[in-house]
Amino acid sequence: MKSSNGKGRKASRQFQADLLLKLEMRSNPEALCLVRATLERTAENLHFHSAERRAIVRSVDEALANVMRHAYEGKSDLPIVVTFRRLYGQNQPKSCAGIEILLEDQGVAVDPAKLKGRALEDIRPGGLGLHFMRQSMDEVEFSRKDGKNQLRMVKYLAIPKTASGSEGE
Amino acid sequence: MQIAARESQGGTILDLSGDIDLAHSPAMRKALLGEIREKRTPKVFLNLKNVRYIDSSGIASLVEGLKASREIGSRLILYSLSNTVREVMQLSRLQKIFEIYENEEQALSS
Repeated sequence: MKSSNGKGRKASRQFQADLLLKLEMRSNPEALCLVRATLERTAENLHFHSAERRAIVRSVDEALANVMRHAYEGKSDLPIVVTFRRLYGQNQPKSCAGIEILLEDQGVAVDPAKLKGRALEDIRPGGLGLHFMRQSMDEVEFSRKDGKNQLRMVKYLAIPKTASGSEGE
Repeated sequence: MQIAARESQGGTILDLSGDIDLAHSPAMRKALLGEIREKRTPKVFLNLKNVRYIDSSGIASLVEGLKASREIGSRLILYSLSNTVREVMQLSRLQKIFEIYENEEQALSS
């Protein structure tokens, strides 16, 4: 099963990726604030501006909350692995094009029918997390592999506009 | 997250601070629904000035509180939204269904 929601701005496959950080955590909601703080600092180091950092943090937090609530049905001692990778263009190993985040859990398989989210016009509690992720990230892709749910998200770094038109690093 | 309650202008002000996420939104939901359903407070004000983060479970609790207040004919009033909270409200397109004011003075005189 694979469900993609790429916005088609860029194809991340054209980039190479360096491992930045790998977190092994339990499905305890008390750990969410630690992940948010770590990710905020990571995104800052990659030169994402503040609105982008909030978008990245919000998406990963919502994704982890979904794993805890739905895949693990509220059990707080089950494993989740979060991997952060820096994306960079070919022949530009020192530059950063974006961040790729991969979440893996061993919970119940995600139901593709539930990946549509709900219409925002339908005012009721719940169903907003997926919407936040899709609004905030450039690529959101769910898959199931080797008995694990995988969620891959990508956020590209906006290219700064300078007077000379150069990208800078 | 911390919640402090104080009385004012025929209602109760809940001062919220910190992060309202999956770990803490149940406490906010309990406080909010306690004011609305159990105490039947006519006006419940939520001061969100010091809320650093709110996730979809926190927003869901606010929506639940709003529905509960409409059921009993009371008012749920939000004010002093931080940038983070305002951004999430806009993302969820909920800013128009809530009564939202810039600051406490405006909220209390509404």
